[in-house]
Formats: sequence, structure tokens, C-alpha cells
Amino acid sequence: MPTPLVVSEVAKSFTMHLRDGLRLPVVSNVAFSVKAGECVVLGGPSGIGKSSLLKMVYGNYAVDSGQILIEHEGRVVDLAGADPRTILAVRRATLGYVSQFLRTVPRVAAVDVVAEPLLARGVAPAEARDAAEAMLDRLNLPRELWQLPPATFSGGEQQRVNIARGFITDHRILLLDEPTASLDATNRAVVVAMIAEKKAAGVALLGIFHDEDVRAKVADRIVDVSAFSPRKAA
Amino acid sequence: MTTADLATYNFAYLDEQTKRMIRRAILKAIAIPGYQVPFASREMPMPYGWGTGGVQVTAAILGPKDVLKVIDQGADDTTNAVSIRAFFQKVANVAVTTKTRAATIIQTRHRIPEEKLTSGQTLVYQVPIPEPLRFLEPRETETRKMHALEEYGLMHVKLYEDIARNGHIATTYAYPVKVEGRYVMDPSPTPKFDNPKMHMSEALQLFGAGREKRIYAVPPYTEVVSLDFEDHPFEIQTFDKPCALCGAQDVYLDEVVLDDRGGRMFVCSDTDHCEQRCASGHRGHLAHDKEAAE
Amino acid sequence: MTDAPLLKVRDISKFYGARIGCRNVSFDLWPGEVLAVVGESGSGKTTLLNCLATRLMPTSGSVEYRMRDGTMRDLARMSEAERRFLMRTDWGFVHQNPADGLRMAVSAGANVGERLMAVGERHYGNIRETAGDWLGRVEISADRIDDQPRAFSGGMRQRLQIARNLVTSPRLVFMDEPTGGLDVSVQARLLDLLRGLVQDLGLSAIVVTHDLAVARLLSHRMMVMKDGLVIEQGLTDRVLDDPREAYTQLLVSSILQV
Repeated sequence: MPTPLVVSEVAKSFTMHLRDGLRLPVVSNVAFSVKAGECVVLGGPSGIGKSSLLKMVYGNYAVDSGQILIEHEGRVVDLAGADPRTILAVRRATLGYVSQFLRTVPRVAAVDVVAEPLLARGVAPAEARDAAEAMLDRLNLPRELWQLPPATFSGGEQQRVNIARGFITDHRILLLDEPTASLDATNRAVVVAMIAEKKAAGVALLGIFHDEDVRAKVADRIVDVSAFSPRKAA
Repeated sequence: MTTADLATYNFAYLDEQTKRMIRRAILKAIAIPGYQVPFASREMPMPYGWGTGGVQVTAAILGPKDVLKVIDQGADDTTNAVSIRAFFQKVANVAVTTKTRAATIIQTRHRIPEEKLTSGQTLVYQVPIPEPLRFLEPRETETRKMHALEEYGLMHVKLYEDIARNGHIATTYAYPVKVEGRYVMDPSPTPKFDNPKMHMSEALQLFGAGREKRIYAVPPYTEVVSLDFEDHPFEIQTFDKPCALCGAQDVYLDEVVLDDRGGRMFVCSDTDHCEQRCASGHRGHLAHDKEAAE
Repeated sequence: MTDAPLLKVRDISKFYGARIGCRNVSFDLWPGEVLAVVGESGSGKTTLLNCLATRLMPTSGSVEYRMRDGTMRDLARMSEAERRFLMRTDWGFVHQNPADGLRMAVSAGANVGERLMAVGERHYGNIRETAGDWLGRVEISADRIDDQPRAFSGGMRQRLQIARNLVTSPRLVFMDEPTGGLDVSVQARLLDLLRGLVQDLGLSAIVVTHDLAVARLLSHRMMVMKDGLVIEQGLTDRVLDDPREAYTQLLVSSILQV
């Protein structure tokens, strides 16, 4: 089984210059990997650094040391030391991310927000739009909202737009930050089914799920982040 | 006039050093057709706007054997023409004429004679504002650069604005031209009717702007093309009626108001041309009426 | 994306006498990439922009640009004619104050059409049609085509300036505080418009701004400048979400939360 995501010896701390250079260690010695078709869930109490770790894997947070190896277009890229252009290319083609909150752009319709990742990969606009509509339909977002910018949507509606946007592509690696947090039971079930499909398609998934029920349904393996906590080690 | 009167002035008013300086500027202008050559314009005994540039150019090229004609809007008998002609009679004692064909130098304000100029003649234009780009680009440093680098898109912006506002190119005088495929030039405020006469003219054309201190030139047999758009080509003015006095068609006409009841006539702006035609028997409708009345 | 950078900047420094404008700035800009340069007033970001856009001569360093034929040319070694040609065809420059980039006494249509006429377009009908298209793309209604920008609001003027710059399909656009001085609602509209245009046209852009929201929305990558030096650079969301330098942390933490 291919292993498209390998994290090894990663350490991260925040230096708070505004508080006299206070150094807050986050994680150290992080090592795990995710195989294709596997869903690995990051576990541990809140505040232990799960979200930060996910952001490091996405290139959103810098790491102090270590490697984040990603199989991208037939070669291995170390995201920890990659230049911005490489990170963007990896995100466009290989690495997807469903964040907890949707960062809305004024005036862009929900359906276009969802279609955007496909357009960025060169899919024809009509085709991308059809795919986006199918995703929104599946996630039960009321049809009358599709043409509206999501800024005024409820939390659950925004999250569904976000999920649709994250799941629409065939990225080989997908990072999920509490994708079901503000969803009702019906839509949670849809997301669980979608994750199962991704797994069946050989996508490597790494996620954070606080909902135990969902976690139990999707997780193949749980990586306990508290094992990497420097505070525990100290 | 006696020689004693002449003694108070150098020949043609300007001192020889100044004339030499102006001639150098003229030579450079001829060498670079359409390019505005700066020169050290002198104070002349007439106000700016009365042709100080043209007068200096004429003074610099005038010789004792020249025959001078001066026109203002085509006419030999208007104030500006009469006073400049009298000026050169006084300070250079040259022969003067009103006949286009007889003149070796013709100083003009805002017209080109109807009669085709020939080799050996020189037409001196009085120019108020030599810079064709000026109304769109106020900075001299920038317009010079635009000429140097042949960046003339702005000239078409002006023509574009004309069409956008009026449905056609409404510029009727000082209509910009491109000289020998290089410099865009302001032909001075002559009607665009005269623009085609500049093209491949046998005569030398010199332009003097006294206040702006610029001289430029179009040497004989030089290409002069009026700027335009493919779908709005350059056109000259046309007149519905012939000249009321001499019956001439295809000439530039002035409107003359006859009374305060709306009566008007159109007559040749070029008075010499009109007189020549009348003398050789051509008659317009007003001339017929007049003869009938007599 | 092709494999060669569009712009290669090496050790650009600009001194005003003994005072530093910017110092030792180096980076590559790739086709389709939007770079934001942020920092407070006086940090040297506008000086840098002007050095890159050949509006200022840098004291030292080099800027190379990849021409349409693929050759890299040192901007300082180009003739002025070539540079100016580049600036009105392959490049755009969006000024903070639209009056600096527009001809205020010339109609909107002619403002957009000027670059076309400058590169030799001589068909009035075609020029007008193209100008009309572009006004539409920047959301200025077609019946304003013959109005002068003096009669336009600030937001409209800025959109007109953008249309005027983009009409020749430039490959690189410099923007100096493109949303500065505009109402917040007008800013949002302009930003969204810019974002769409940059994406659709595959433009490369260098955007100078002190507004981190502008950087977040428009740019892929950002550089933070302070006292003439680039103190931090990287992927835009990385710099904003995980700022490393003290000054960047101060900037990010100074954003007012609504």
C-alpha cells in the first residue's frame, strides 16, 4: 500500500515576541504516516496541538524542524522546507483541506466557491459547476442558496459549502478539521459516507473529529497527539 | 524711403548674429522634418500673437532680391498682413507683392494660398502653439520624450474624443499631421482644407513660433499625412456653393455677413486668387447681380 | 505555469542620500503569481515597487524581466523606448490615486482605448467596442463610456484605471495601495473584482499594501518590510497565520476584529 503522507521528527513552537519572546512549545518528535485508503484521526485532549499539527501538514504553519513528506505527482516533496510556489502546487493537485470555518470572499456565489478548486486544476467551467451543484445537492444545501455568497449563511450551511469544496476534487491526501462539528445527524451521515468513498478511492485522510460517533465510523487508526506534547515529555 | 532711414536698422531689422542663429535653427529643422527646434526668440516690435515667430524666420531668410507677400487668413489687406508687409518694406526695403506667383517668400497666418506653390518659393507660417500634444499633455519634458520615442497614441486619443462627442472628427483647423512618417506636427491653425497642399509641396515650408521659441520645417517634396482612423478617414471641408464673387469651386470660402437680416455670402478666403479669377473673367452669382444692377 | 520566473530581482537597494529606501531585496516572481508587499508607511515598500517598475533607478542591484519571446532582459540596460513600450503593453501600473493613472479630462472610453491606440490600433469602431467590453468587465455601465472620470466616484475611477491597464493583456501588473482611500464596501467590491481578473487572466502582480486583508485575499505570497528591509516572507496564509518575526506578529495582532 502506498504511503502518500509521512511526518517525521517534526517539532514546532510559537515564539510570542509581543510577550517578551515567550516560547510556547507545541509538539516535538512528531512521527506518523498515512497510507492510501486509510483515515487516520488525530486524538488527544483539546489544546494539545491537533489543529496546529494539521495546519503544519497543510503548510499553513511553519515547522521548526523535521520533515513532512508528501507524494506529489510521482515524486516526494518535503513540505516543511518547500518554497511557497511548491506548496501551492501541492495544494492544487495533491493536498486538500477542509477547515473548520469558511473564509468567505465577498460576492462569490456558493456554487462558485465549491467549483473553484476544479477550475484551478483546469476543469471546464460548465463541468466544474455541474460537479459543484451535485455536491451541494448531496449535502442538502437548499437550492435557493447556491447562487448567494455564503457570508450570510448559518454555521452549518457554511460548513457544508466548505465540505463540498474540499471533497469535490480527487486530491490524493485530504485533511479534515472537524468537518462535522456543526452538522445535523442527516448531514453527518452524508459526510461519513463521503469519507468512506474517499477511502475506497484510495485517498489518504488525516482528520480531527470530536464527535465520537463519527470518529468511530471513519477512523482506521488514532494517533494520540499528546504523545508528541513536549509538556508531557518534560 | 531714403537710405538715411535704413541706416537706423540692420537689414531686415535683426542683427546678423541673430539671423545666423535663426538660420542654424532653420537648417536643423529642414534636416529633421517636423521636429521642433528650439531657438532664442527675440523681442520684436510687435506683440506676441502677431506673428513674431514668422517675422523672425522671414527676417533671417530675406535677401534684397526677394519679393515678399504677406497674408492673414488668406487676405493681403487685413491689419496683420498690412503691418508686417510695411515692416519689411521699411526695414529691408524689399519688393512686395500680393500675387502668389510673383512672391519668393510668403509669410502666412492661418492659410496656404490656393494657387499651387512652386519650387523656389518659401512659405513661412506664424505659429501660436507649436506642440500638437500640448492640450493633452501639459508637461514639456513629457511631450519631448513622446516625440523622441515616437509615442503618438495620445494624438489619436484626441481624434477619438472628437468622434465620441460629435460622431465625426470635428477638428477643423490645426489638424495634426505626420511628417515623412516620423514626427507628428501641428500645421499651425490653418484649416484642415489646406492639409493636402502641404503633402509633397514643391515649396519649402517653415514654421516659426515666437513666444514658444520653436522653429520647424517641411522641406520640399516631403510626405505629410493627416492623422485619422480607418473607419473615419481624413476629409477636408466642402462647400455647397461656389465663391459668390469669382464662382470658384474647390477653394476655401469665408462667410461674410451682408446685413442684419440674415443675409450672407461665401467668398474666397484667398483674396489674390479671387482677384486673379475675376480679372480673367470668372463671375460668381453676386458679381452677376452687381453687374446686372449696374 | 512555466518553468522560468517572469521577474528576477537581485539585491535591489535604493538610497536617498544617506537614508535607506530599501536594501538588498531579492526574489523571483513566477507567471500567475501575486506577491503582496506589506509594511507601514515609510517601510520602503513603495520605493521597492517603483524600483521594480523602472519608475525609480535603484542605487544597486538588478531586475530582470522575461520578455514575451522568452529572453531575460535587464531592465536597467534597456533603452528608454523599450522600457516605455513595455510599460504600456506588457505591464500595468495601478496608482493609489486614480487621478495619477488616468487622464481626467478625457472620456472613459478614450482612457481605456489609449493603450490600444498607442500600439497602433487605428479602427475607431474596434477601439470603442473593446473599451466598452472592458468597462463592462470592471462593472462600469456602458452609458458612461463618454463621460470623463472627473464625473466618477472614487471606486469607479479606480475600476476605470484597472480597465485602462488591463486592456492590452499585460503579463505583469504593479499595484500601489489599490484600495487605499476607498470606503470599505467599495474596497470589498474592488478587491473581489481584482481577484477575479487576476485569476481569469493569469496575471502576475506585485501589490503594495498596508492592509493585510488585501494581501490575504489577493496574494499567494507576501513579503513584510520594515525600515527598508524584507524581514519575513513566505506563503501568504503562513505569514499571516503563523508570523515568526516580532514586527509581523505586531502587524497581525493589530488588525481590528469586527
